[in-house]
Amino acid sequence: MLAACGLSSLEDLYKHVPANALIREPLRIPPGMSEYEITAYFREKAAKMAHGYASFLGAGVYAHYRPVLCDVIVQRGEFLTSYTPYQAEYAQGTLQSIFEFQTMICQLTGMEVANASMYDGSTAVAEAAMMAYRITGRSRFLAAANLHPEYRQVLDTAAHNARMHVAGFPFDPETGRADLAALEQALDDDTACVILQSPNFFGIIEDVKAAAELAHRRGALLVVAFTEAVSLGLLEPPREADIAAGELQSFAISPSYGGPFAGVIATREKFIRQIPGRLAGETKDQDGNRAFCLTLSTREQHIRREKATSNICTNQALVALMATVFMSVYGKQGLRELALQNLSKAHYLAEGLDLRFSGRFFNECVVRPRRRSVEDALQVLLEKKILGGVALKRFYPELGDCLLVCATEMNRRADIDTLKEVLA
Amino acid sequence: MPKTLGKVRPHPTQNEPLLFELSSPGKRGYQLPALDVPATDPEAALGAGNVRREIEDFPELSEVEVLRHFTRLSTWNYAIDLGMFPLGSCTMKYNPRINEAVARTEALAWAHPYQPEELSQGAMEIIATLEQYLAEIFGMSDVTLQPAAGAHGEYTGIMLIRAYLAAQGNPRKIVLVPDSAHGTNPATAVMAGYEVRTLASNEHGMMDPAAVAAAVNEDVAALMVTNPNTVGVFEEHIEEIAEILHAKGAQVYMDGANLNALVGVARPGDFGIDVLHANLHKTFSTPHGGGGPGAGAVGVKPHLAPFLPVPRLKREDGLLRWDYDRPQSIGRVRAFYGNFGVLIRALAYILAHGGAGLRQATLDALLNANYVRARLEPHYQIAYDARSMHECVFSDARQEKKGVRTGDIAKRLLDYGFHPYTVSFPLIVHGAMMIEPTETEPKAELDAFCDALIAIAREVEENPELVKSAPHSTRVSRVDEVSAARKPRVRWIRE
Repeated sequence: MLAACGLSSLEDLYKHVPANALIREPLRIPPGMSEYEITAYFREKAAKMAHGYASFLGAGVYAHYRPVLCDVIVQRGEFLTSYTPYQAEYAQGTLQSIFEFQTMICQLTGMEVANASMYDGSTAVAEAAMMAYRITGRSRFLAAANLHPEYRQVLDTAAHNARMHVAGFPFDPETGRADLAALEQALDDDTACVILQSPNFFGIIEDVKAAAELAHRRGALLVVAFTEAVSLGLLEPPREADIAAGELQSFAISPSYGGPFAGVIATREKFIRQIPGRLAGETKDQDGNRAFCLTLSTREQHIRREKATSNICTNQALVALMATVFMSVYGKQGLRELALQNLSKAHYLAEGLDLRFSGRFFNECVVRPRRRSVEDALQVLLEKKILGGVALKRFYPELGDCLLVCATEMNRRADIDTLKEVLA
Repeated sequence: MPKTLGKVRPHPTQNEPLLFELSSPGKRGYQLPALDVPATDPEAALGAGNVRREIEDFPELSEVEVLRHFTRLSTWNYAIDLGMFPLGSCTMKYNPRINEAVARTEALAWAHPYQPEELSQGAMEIIATLEQYLAEIFGMSDVTLQPAAGAHGEYTGIMLIRAYLAAQGNPRKIVLVPDSAHGTNPATAVMAGYEVRTLASNEHGMMDPAAVAAAVNEDVAALMVTNPNTVGVFEEHIEEIAEILHAKGAQVYMDGANLNALVGVARPGDFGIDVLHANLHKTFSTPHGGGGPGAGAVGVKPHLAPFLPVPRLKREDGLLRWDYDRPQSIGRVRAFYGNFGVLIRALAYILAHGGAGLRQATLDALLNANYVRARLEPHYQIAYDARSMHECVFSDARQEKKGVRTGDIAKRLLDYGFHPYTVSFPLIVHGAMMIEPTETEPKAELDAFCDALIAIAREVEENPELVKSAPHSTRVSRVDEVSAARKPRVRWIRE
């Protein structure tokens, strides 16, 4: 092969690269390992992790059962090792599955258009805010204080760099819901959107309809964020919102220490040209057969460059496929039953405990341990091999005596009872 | 009279209906355990107005129907597992399955980001080790692994530059971008609040130091360069160009999409780059999955390190901890700690190769690209006479005379069983055909690919219509993308 290239050694391949730019000594990376050694390496790392613990951790990442079929499908090489479907004739499998994904997200959220997924929920919310800026021409965002705190931080970073402004509005200390009177006060004619999470960070259902009315009265959009997609199996979707932006991790995506996940943005038909990311559309081939292709890419960075709606290039296609298979397996009845089990477990958990908020909740709630400090309670639970919840002090100093606990279909009654004993 | 009765094709290759069309009421593919706590009445718990009646038109299928549906769809995709994927600047290399296996190690896959740090040391060590190895490969002092993709890494990198310059007293206004750049580069600069000025490449497909010097002033924040660039050519004047930028107080950002040409051979930090991102799903073999997930590691020189996104890892009393107390940080770019599952796969790739193996892979990638170039040059017009690195770019100039364009040749390649090269990019090459074979293609596959392209060149001479009406053998014929955009149908609606 070298001879075919007119070269005499491998080093000739880069002899045009200036000598100063070339590496001077070998990389300080140990010699290669065999498959067996690599497996052992990661097993050794895994041994330094929580193993065999019952978990009541939620707060944006949920432990749900993952149907076997999900991994079977995504591990098919034709999905796993394919590329972005730019060549439609050779990627109908990916394209049709994205079209189905978009449809199911619309059905779940009550919206009319959904994209082919975003990096995750936190970046989806920031992109939704930027979308509201493009639609309204306004540059101020109002975010509820009970939006996931890390989502808020991502929004702050994006807004700061785009020279826009994020203001917060408080939650009602009694109910844990967004304080809509405060929202009404905070709204002004420069507000592009109101960002409200439901169920919110405390697991509580918000009044989306009332928030939408307030926002729309001042010409602002309503963005409804969600972190627990399973809730949509049972809860009325945010039909009054203009944009739904959320996280699909609950749909068969491993917690995986925080990623990769799949975010999504769904919106109304009239905003279709402002939605960031990819869209698959239905069309026909030359013989009149149904076919699918990526569409409206003129909005995207690879055509309009500095006028692009977003710089998003990669999405989360494979992770979105996992969610698609999950939704197909559970289907219409299953998703509802799954949500009902979550609701039942969480309400069984909450019964008799000191709940910090009175608002209606789905599968998470904020609990004040009665006899112990939060730290002591978590320690006692750890000794019983239970991860007892997220201490809220790190995000809300005023809730320093509270824990955010979550129950899903994966939590067994015996473990819930143990948790209740410690927190009661 | 029809020649056959009934089926003329095996039924799995016929149109697979949509999930919604396969659905029938009452079917189910799931089974939940019996509820071991009292059932809660949803209307009582949530309020009647908050409970939805049903998810309208959501599918109802049995397990085997779901399995067959997606299995059939999968057979309509082309993939690395089926053959060569010569997409230039996209680096489609083989995805070793050991990466998949270790990413599914149970205590790693089920790790919650808020579980105690004492019980997360294994994950944190993986992140710390990958940061260290990438810093070594990049020639940089610090690396963050939080960005979720290459473009997200670019965005992070430009924000770092903005924060650094702002700390010096002025974030400046302009970012210079060569005309050969990836489309994400200008979009990223705009998102970070900059104006974009385009720099023209010279006749060798490279940046010209004199042109750069003329464009740089005190308003320029940075140059965004891809090296090797998108025409597959090493920017030979990169050090001189970096000096020009630095002399005016500006920064040099490198898009590391083409890092596959450099690992173990040259380090961006050594040739004047201040900050770069690398697409772990390209160079480090994590599968593209039809469009993601990726990961966009960002490496920086020490002067940019204080601005890196929170949290950062630090070692304290023998344990790794997440450090949020970073007053100069640009803030958070993503919830939690990045695409950890992708990071595991990238580290597995580095461990498998080791330092020497990574260098060997780069040399093999260069050799494969130069071999393809040597075989195709007699048949297609090479875009620039400069030496190729890991990819080579041709134009359709010779075939255009017969009315055949790069897009037609690409569609005809489908008939030969290959995914096409990158079509019509970079924009500065008329009718571009950008080919990147990567190091994992055996010679037989390269030859089959070159034979196909050579055969198509002959077809263009003898029967251009055959090429212009391709593809002829795929499940669907040429797809009408124009009417899809004119009247977008982006979800199924019951008629």
